[in-house]
Amino acid sequence: MDERVAVSRVLTAFVERLGRATLFLIREMGRMLIFMLSTFAWLARPPLRPFQILKQLHFIGYKSTFVVVLTAAFTGMVLGLQIYYTLRKFGSEAVLGSVVALSMIRELGPVLAALMVTARAGSAMTAEIGIMRITEQIDALDTMAVNPLQYLIAPKFVAGLIGVPLLVAIFDVVGIYGGYLVGVDLLGANPGSYWSSIESAVEWKDVYGGILKSISFGLIVSWVCCYKGYNTRMSAEGLGTATTEAVVLSSVLILIWDYFLTSVLL
Amino acid sequence: MAMIKLAGVEKTLGGQPVLCGVDLTIPAGKLTTIIGGSGEGKSVLLKHIIGLLQPDRGEVWVDGIEISRLRGKALNEVRKRFAMLFQGAALFDSLTVFENVAFPLREKLRLPETEVVGRVEEKLAQVGLAGMGHKYPAELSGGMKKRAGLARALVMEPEIILFDEPTTGLDPLMAKTIHDLIVAMHRAFGFTAVMVSHEIPEIFSISDWVAMLKDGKIVAMAPSADFQRTTDPAVLEFIAVGGMVTLKP
Repeated sequence: MDERVAVSRVLTAFVERLGRATLFLIREMGRMLIFMLSTFAWLARPPLRPFQILKQLHFIGYKSTFVVVLTAAFTGMVLGLQIYYTLRKFGSEAVLGSVVALSMIRELGPVLAALMVTARAGSAMTAEIGIMRITEQIDALDTMAVNPLQYLIAPKFVAGLIGVPLLVAIFDVVGIYGGYLVGVDLLGANPGSYWSSIESAVEWKDVYGGILKSISFGLIVSWVCCYKGYNTRMSAEGLGTATTEAVVLSSVLILIWDYFLTSVLL
Repeated sequence: MAMIKLAGVEKTLGGQPVLCGVDLTIPAGKLTTIIGGSGEGKSVLLKHIIGLLQPDRGEVWVDGIEISRLRGKALNEVRKRFAMLFQGAALFDSLTVFENVAFPLREKLRLPETEVVGRVEEKLAQVGLAGMGHKYPAELSGGMKKRAGLARALVMEPEIILFDEPTTGLDPLMAKTIHDLIVAMHRAFGFTAVMVSHEIPEIFSISDWVAMLKDGKIVAMAPSADFQRTTDPAVLEFIAVGGMVTLKP
């Protein structure tokens, strides 16, 4: 009898915890959605803040260029290496360029560039907004009747939506040249075949899919990272947790969303 | 005449009741100081007055307008009459001192730049920061940050200014300088001032009215000169620790 009571207690506690976690998750998702919609609503209202947007573009876009170029070059080079040896087994080295380019444009470019932006700029965004929350700078904006979503968050959204696709474009180009460097210059594949296979295999649909992905990833990075910073708990530990959560959640959402988008676009 | 009135304000944060029915009237044009122990909810009370927090129950009136249910544009209209000096000054890290002080002018009034420059430099000079406009907040000492925050609060010439522990973390000399500045500005511009402070006995010489927050309620409020005559033992004990009166054995 006692054993049955104990089991029932454990089960009840488990269900309670599960219920609490589910409710928390639903509430958090709702808050995140409201945060995004409110930001877009504020974005549509004047004043437009071109200087703030340029400042954020410089931070998210320009300052991420180096790490994106580095990642793209080595990703392209390792792709060239791996794919060349795989294709050689079948005597199909001529299509090396198209395989590298399609991998870059459809998948690797958008995903890896977005992950790099998350790591470099996303985490910094969360930390910056979080510190502003902790030091009451966001409250100060409110007291001056300046909406923080409009002044602080909306420019970061715009910068994410513009900056990430541009970085992805750079990533794709550098990656394809990285593949060329290893496949053609080092391993001896035919340069004419490399470029012509790209020309014949890459369609507008592939480029369009890559752009669509990069825009949505740009939104995910700025949305998640800004939300986590804006709602950080008022302590150093809270800020650390918010930054970690922002990077993990952005990265996971990018990968999940990539799968769904790919399954729709193919 | 009352400028601000709180009636039965209750607030629970993180499951802990912080304000438990605060009734408080702030007279117009006077400097009222709210004292009380750490964690009693004095800053929370200030944030209710400016609408940064909404009460769970009760009402907050500002010059005849009930603001606790206001949102968006209507709340912003009321906030334009306020300024607030935060505990840590809350200067924007990415802006210089000049840009911080100019911020509300540029955002709200959209004045010609020459007028912005003139007004900002005037305020910086008034708080003793002339020539410091190019510095970033990280390059300033605690006292200078508070003075820059005070300049930003004053630049819009608001009707009401809230001071959240303006001298916390400063040495006694700098604390006196900040107090003197607040009093001088209050006399010069005649705004309604609400200050949260621990600085006993200094606050008795600068405030017109003093109120004490304890256990989530205002337990005493009186003109500064009369405040020491309260019979509430908790208030007497608090003042005594600050060296204002000697407790009888």
